[in-house]
Amino acid sequence: MTQLAPVEELRASVLVDGLVVRFGEVQAVAGVSFSVESGEVFGLLGPNGAGKTTTIRVLTTLLRPTEGQAFVAGHDVLREGLAVRQSIGYVPQAISIDGALTARENLEFYGRVTGVPKRERAERIDQAVEAMALGTFLDRLGRTLSGGMLRRLEIATALLKQPEVLFLDEPTLGLDPTARRVVWDRLELLRAEAGTTVFVTTHQMEEAERQCDRIAIMDLGRIAAHGTPDQLREQFAAASLEDVFTAATGGRLEEGGTFRDVRASRKRTSRLA
Amino acid sequence: MGWAEVRKLRHDHLDIFTRSVQPLLWLFIFGTALQNNRTLSGGFHDYRAYLVPGVMAQAALFVAIFFGLGVIWERDVGQLQRLLATPIPRLGIVLGKATGAGIRAFAQGLVLLVVVAITALSIRWNVLDIIGVFVLLLLGTGGFACLSMILASLVRTRERFMGIGQLVVMPLFFASSALYPIAIMPTWLQVVAHANPLSYEVHGMRELLLGISAGGWLWLDFLVVGSFLAITAVVAAKTYPRAIL
Repeated sequence: MTQLAPVEELRASVLVDGLVVRFGEVQAVAGVSFSVESGEVFGLLGPNGAGKTTTIRVLTTLLRPTEGQAFVAGHDVLREGLAVRQSIGYVPQAISIDGALTARENLEFYGRVTGVPKRERAERIDQAVEAMALGTFLDRLGRTLSGGMLRRLEIATALLKQPEVLFLDEPTLGLDPTARRVVWDRLELLRAEAGTTVFVTTHQMEEAERQCDRIAIMDLGRIAAHGTPDQLREQFAAASLEDVFTAATGGRLEEGGTFRDVRASRKRTSRLA
Repeated sequence: MGWAEVRKLRHDHLDIFTRSVQPLLWLFIFGTALQNNRTLSGGFHDYRAYLVPGVMAQAALFVAIFFGLGVIWERDVGQLQRLLATPIPRLGIVLGKATGAGIRAFAQGLVLLVVVAITALSIRWNVLDIIGVFVLLLLGTGGFACLSMILASLVRTRERFMGIGQLVVMPLFFASSALYPIAIMPTWLQVVAHANPLSYEVHGMRELLLGISAGGWLWLDFLVVGSFLAITAVVAAKTYPRAIL
């Protein structure tokens, strides 16, 4: 278990200490510790089955850890679940937009359920619409939107509340370079304006290298490496983050993920492309 | 959540129309074929009128029991994870979903009553009684929707849920007073029917719509159906988050 310095704990927006998650005999997360500073963009990378999604599920209170502690925005995920959920925004990897509602209604719905005050809701929605360039398809049903439109809409719904910590699981999956730029520009703006901490998982090494202040690479349920992109390249004597990733994960071919995971992932990629 | 369901219904009028056809078929084909059977109607003069509360509750039961399919779908597409990470209490999410099923059942029931009025079937048209019927319908539908969410949290695939849904819905429907009085059933089946919340829902609706009772008290019908909703909602709020695992 990594011992965290007191000063690091004080500034931490996300603090994970000795986290273990077991599903029966399977240990999905095997004693992970790390911290994310307030206002930081933190990237969690790793092959399929490394434990990234399980870690995010613990941090978003969807899953109880078997051992260890985790704090988000200063709240214990186990004892103060409601306070954690009031402080976060979360966009899962899977499509979370309701296809039977229009884009505008999805924004209204997530504004309501995330607790955006009624008097501020219309203004926040207008801001999110403008920021993510949603104006042209606001009145179209979710199921008729393209992959890029869906992702922008999902991120817009997560920004309505201006959360303290924003969890994004593969946020730019299936997006073209222009749409990716829009997403990251908006996230940068949010960070600058509201000091939001962004916790992101991605398979896009180049994107992680460019956008993340610090990165942790998970493998087999453990943190295999962590640091700034520069520190990681130096530590592994590698030219790129992709080389760091290969070195840190032992260069094995991916074996993680069940049939259901793979099927869902392929469907999702095809829907978003 | 109820707000979202109303919005969805506004985008899909055809859904209400197609779902309303099934109870009408029961009423006007099954009911007409047995129209003069006094045994099945417990002595009431028109079996079709006797059937109205039964088919209204049955149509709502089908909506509610297969509501769990939506939970599995929402898990597969990611909506469930997203919803569970919002500040809404788990019980609020479950009751919101149950309200969604209730709104669909209400719309179906309304269509059915309009057709009953047009065809001049002999039911009592008292505003308070009609309100009471819809309250019972909403409570019952909410309870069965919560039961469906409990089942959905235990299975992994939509295909398996379909099988379990059929396994649950048929005994609930046939071992109740929806189609015939409990009194004509063999003793063992009467015991099952008396343990079935659908029997109380239909019994109360029948007393309010037709003014006939098979014994028992109207307040007991409301109490049983209301308690059924309360218990299943609390259990569903505990099991519902398991659906994401």
